[in-house]
Amino acid sequence: MNAAALREKGLAYLIVGPFALVLAFPFYVMVITAFKNGTEFYDSTATPYWFKHGPTWENVRFLFHNTPYTTWLKNTAIIGIAVVGITLVLAVPAGYALARLAGRVGQSLGVGIFLTYLVPPTLLFLPLYWVINTLHQQDTLLSLILVYPSFTVPFSTWLLMGFFKTIPQELEDAAQIDGASRLKTLVRVVFPISLPGILTVVIFSFSLVLNEFVYAFTFISSTGHRTLSTGVYTDLIRGDLPQWGAIMVAALIPSIPLALLYNAFLDRFIAGFTGGAFR
Amino acid sequence: MRAAVEAVAQARPRGRRWTDILERPVFLASVLISPAVIFIGALVAAPLGLAVWLSFTNATAGSLSGKYVGLHNFRTEWSNPQFKDAVWHTFLFTVFSQVVVLLVAGLLAHALLKDFRGKWLLRFLILLPWAAPLPLSLMGWKWIFDPSYSILDWTLVHLHISGPLTAPHFLATAKWAMASVIAVHAWRIIPFAVVIFLAGLASIPREVDDAAAIDGATGFRKFASVTLPLQLPIATVALLFGIVFTATDMAVVYILTQGGPPPSFSTEMVTTWSYKTGVESGSLGPGAAISLALLPVLAVVSIGMLLFAKRTEVT
Repeated sequence: MNAAALREKGLAYLIVGPFALVLAFPFYVMVITAFKNGTEFYDSTATPYWFKHGPTWENVRFLFHNTPYTTWLKNTAIIGIAVVGITLVLAVPAGYALARLAGRVGQSLGVGIFLTYLVPPTLLFLPLYWVINTLHQQDTLLSLILVYPSFTVPFSTWLLMGFFKTIPQELEDAAQIDGASRLKTLVRVVFPISLPGILTVVIFSFSLVLNEFVYAFTFISSTGHRTLSTGVYTDLIRGDLPQWGAIMVAALIPSIPLALLYNAFLDRFIAGFTGGAFR
Repeated sequence: MRAAVEAVAQARPRGRRWTDILERPVFLASVLISPAVIFIGALVAAPLGLAVWLSFTNATAGSLSGKYVGLHNFRTEWSNPQFKDAVWHTFLFTVFSQVVVLLVAGLLAHALLKDFRGKWLLRFLILLPWAAPLPLSLMGWKWIFDPSYSILDWTLVHLHISGPLTAPHFLATAKWAMASVIAVHAWRIIPFAVVIFLAGLASIPREVDDAAAIDGATGFRKFASVTLPLQLPIATVALLFGIVFTATDMAVVYILTQGGPPPSFSTEMVTTWSYKTGVESGSLGPGAAISLALLPVLAVVSIGMLLFAKRTEVT
């Protein structure tokens, strides 16, 4: 290897390394804090970067025994599964039709649907709060199940539209020549090979549900109906004496698997955000 | 191929009528698309209209059917210093965090184009802030900024940069609070911008590089006159997303500062002010009027996105 190439590589490390450490720093602090002994938090002789008395499972035990964390996990799972179901039922057929059947109109309609993803919850939460109150659904899981697809469906439809375009048309033509109806072709041929796209939508929708704060914070008022995204903040942080160790465990448990999944499906998300223009 | 399919479809003996209709692409398309469109209409378009209607009423959480009050809510907010502050803070928050995002993400994306050992690990670390759920990772920041035992203050004190009593109170002083929410939001958006930049850079054909090399363009010259212009469209897309995500964010600001610290409320944004007015004080009408201040941002970004979509269609 010549000197110039070596210097370029060194430069890459020099730029990427420090930034990666800074960006990941909060997660390092979270992991250390999660396994720290409770007495060390306010002990100025203990370094916050490491353990003084060694790691402990005490915070994990506290989280699961002394807080409603399992209830929030359950609520989040129920809402997540319901939202993913609704999203797939609405977005898979729409994404397919926009990619295949609707031609140029489909492209414009697809862009239109995508733009609705940009309409933020902070613009819609008050009218939807009004609707939820009028329907007497305040403080129910149903209110969130109903509202969350408003941002998962537009993005998923757009993502799937791009995905279906990458599936060769010949496959469907062959099925139809063999006498299958369009609907049958869709169910028997198209959906099975779309599994990776559908999986992407599942992960993305779940991630959006876990990221959502405004609706959950506005609609839900009782501890028993909270989700992870608001419960940890409202009930564990705003309490009298925050149990920082347990709070970090609470934050890390859903974050780690989601981050790994997200990383694995990254390329598909990018294609979604850039409209597949840079594949 | 298409013609053959059509011919086969024509030749097929006529079955029951409804299955026939399902074979027509336009009909089948509308059947498949309309549930999604109706749902989005009911949960995005209609509430948007409802927000506009609410902003002309004095509806409260207690009495949902408010009376029409004309422009009253808008006039009140227009002359309300808290609202003006909120708009100004939102502007600062958005501009400063996006400048940081573009600079850092641009630098990182270029460095990540090269292949080196351990790149996947560094990429994973860089991606973490975007991949982890924000309301939960903010718990980490809340602890990092903790007034009594901030790890940042501990470090500053131990490096003798600041004394134990003069260490900054990150979320409790006006300037530091604003700097903190800007930094945290930039932290959140940087990974997103990096991956978008990388997608854009990867799409620049190798031939362009070679041509530039033959013409003798290297280093900064090449960057300024070849790479940058080619990267501009994708940078714009990242910026447009970043603007929407930042200007309309409530989680970062609310969880970290709740719009505070008092008495200056230096991080009160349009979103938190609208939440406080509409939900905490229960004045739905005025709250909706405040939130409509986000519409111009949304309009500008949407137009930008449409222009980009048009451009990629042509090329």
